[in-house]
Amino acid sequence: MTPSQRLIAAAAIAVLALAAPWFAYPVFLMTALCFALFACAFNLLLGYAGLMSFGHAMFFGMAGYFYGHVVKAWDMPPELGLLAGMGGAALLGLVTGALAIRRQGIYFAMITLAFAQMIYFFCVQAPFTHGEDGLQGIVRKPLLGGLIPTKDDRVLYYVVLAIFLFGYGAIYRFIHSPFGQVLKAIRDNEQRALSLGYEADRYKLLAFVLSAALAGLAGATKAMVLQFATLTDVSAAMSGEVVLMALVGGLGTIIGPVIGAFIIITMQNYLAAAGEFVLVIQGAIFVVIVMAFRKGVVGEFSEWWKARRSGPRARPTAAD
Amino acid sequence: MFELIGIPPQALFGQLLLGLINGAFYAMLSLGLAVIFGMLNVINFTHGAQYMMGAFAAWLMLGILDVPFWASLVLAPIIVGLIGVVLERLFLKRIYHLDHLYGFLLTFGMALVIEGLFQWKWGSSGAPYPSPISGGYNLGFMFLPTYRGFVVLAALVICLATWYGIERTKLGAYLRAATENPTLVRAFGINVPRLITLTYGLGVGLAALAGVLAAPIQQVSPLMGTNLVLVVFAVVVIGGMGSIMGSIVTGFGLGLIEGLTKFFYPPASNTVIFVVMALVLLIKPAGLFGQTK
Repeated sequence: MTPSQRLIAAAAIAVLALAAPWFAYPVFLMTALCFALFACAFNLLLGYAGLMSFGHAMFFGMAGYFYGHVVKAWDMPPELGLLAGMGGAALLGLVTGALAIRRQGIYFAMITLAFAQMIYFFCVQAPFTHGEDGLQGIVRKPLLGGLIPTKDDRVLYYVVLAIFLFGYGAIYRFIHSPFGQVLKAIRDNEQRALSLGYEADRYKLLAFVLSAALAGLAGATKAMVLQFATLTDVSAAMSGEVVLMALVGGLGTIIGPVIGAFIIITMQNYLAAAGEFVLVIQGAIFVVIVMAFRKGVVGEFSEWWKARRSGPRARPTAAD
Repeated sequence: MFELIGIPPQALFGQLLLGLINGAFYAMLSLGLAVIFGMLNVINFTHGAQYMMGAFAAWLMLGILDVPFWASLVLAPIIVGLIGVVLERLFLKRIYHLDHLYGFLLTFGMALVIEGLFQWKWGSSGAPYPSPISGGYNLGFMFLPTYRGFVVLAALVICLATWYGIERTKLGAYLRAATENPTLVRAFGINVPRLITLTYGLGVGLAALAGVLAAPIQQVSPLMGTNLVLVVFAVVVIGGMGSIMGSIVTGFGLGLIEGLTKFFYPPASNTVIFVVMALVLLIKPAGLFGQTK
């Protein structure tokens, strides 16, 4: 895209984002934004550090519990709840990440999955999560000491949008910083990065902690919006869902996970009545994407766009 | 002796037996995962769903055709194994050249589809399967239900047979050679793709066999394998996938540890295997029996 096209696209997206709550149900938009941030945080790890975490629900779900506990049981302001969610998730990420990066490749995925399952079992039993009932009735409190009332969904939408943009901006900065460049180097060739003097493990761990913290921010924000935190958000199914979102949108593209999250959340919304079939459809999407569209919506689109611009002769053969 | 230190032996041995039975399933399932991973380079996330399909096959055959348990023990793994072969031919074989990650995601998706379909058809509450052997033995220090004793023995025999098949037979030698260097083995005129398909079928059949054995002990339900496969992943990380015997020993050992935890500190029984995994990662990152591959 040319710079002017880029500008027009950005302006269109900004207008769309600002006007959205007047056309669509704000709670749906806020939930989708939370998942979008969650998916972006996941993609930071997989798309840019090459680390496939299959346990990201532990950060997302635990942060929701942290938020709820701080705001409801301790009766603190919501800002502290969000910080607690983010900080708690970062800490959890530090511990699990330090252990998980001791193995590579597919083992890394299995280890994160196992830790997430451990956290899930912990949440089933721990008293502060209220087990199967979940942490309910986390009342929305005004933000910034009363300046921003949050009872109105539309007002809260702009707060959530701001949180999302903060997280998205942070990820953008990470990726385009020297840190991000080293991360990509490690992803592409760890041995070479090591021989150049980069301590790969420290970079990986930092990426893991950052990703966990942002996933936590997303989880805490979701608890703030929906006013509850439940076991669903720490379950293995949720870990799978965020993978699906990033995969559908396009791994390693910065906007892909956002689009993927909106697609999956919209689909779940429309299929809510279909019960078990949501799982079947999600599974089928996994299969189809892995078999045929590994680049995701954004990846395939940008390929098509490039091919169209460079004429039919330069069209790449079917991606394999 | 146990009375002296205040431990009721009945309860302790009861938990140990349960642990041994769980360990038997861990061993059988992690064995299948290791065999499949060795040949296909794919972590078979569908393993839990295939275990469930084994139990369901037995339950359905009993309900519809009145097939007895002993026949199911042979038929169900064959049926589920054949379904596995079809899945391998249709999907898995097309992704071997890709990163491990895609195999993991593909089999995860297949597990979702299978479990979702079963839930849609049969609900998620589950149904009981009558125990084929009733009665039991009073061993003095505990009561041993005959069927449970049989499960432990059967699992041991199955595991050892698998070990023998892979480590001591000609087919097993082909298999191990093809794991090491498929191109070279192919050059010797051995049909490696067929060997890979066969391996997947065998691994899946092993999972289904475990499912049939589990049917009389647990409820036969669509989600019976969902959590199990996650625990088995931890078992595989602890043991490492390098050695067949390692998988067997780790599986049974972790079952026993779980049983002991259930007796001494029940709240931790669900998480103890994951704690062990964390400890192993700290001390011996490659796994107890693992070689770095």
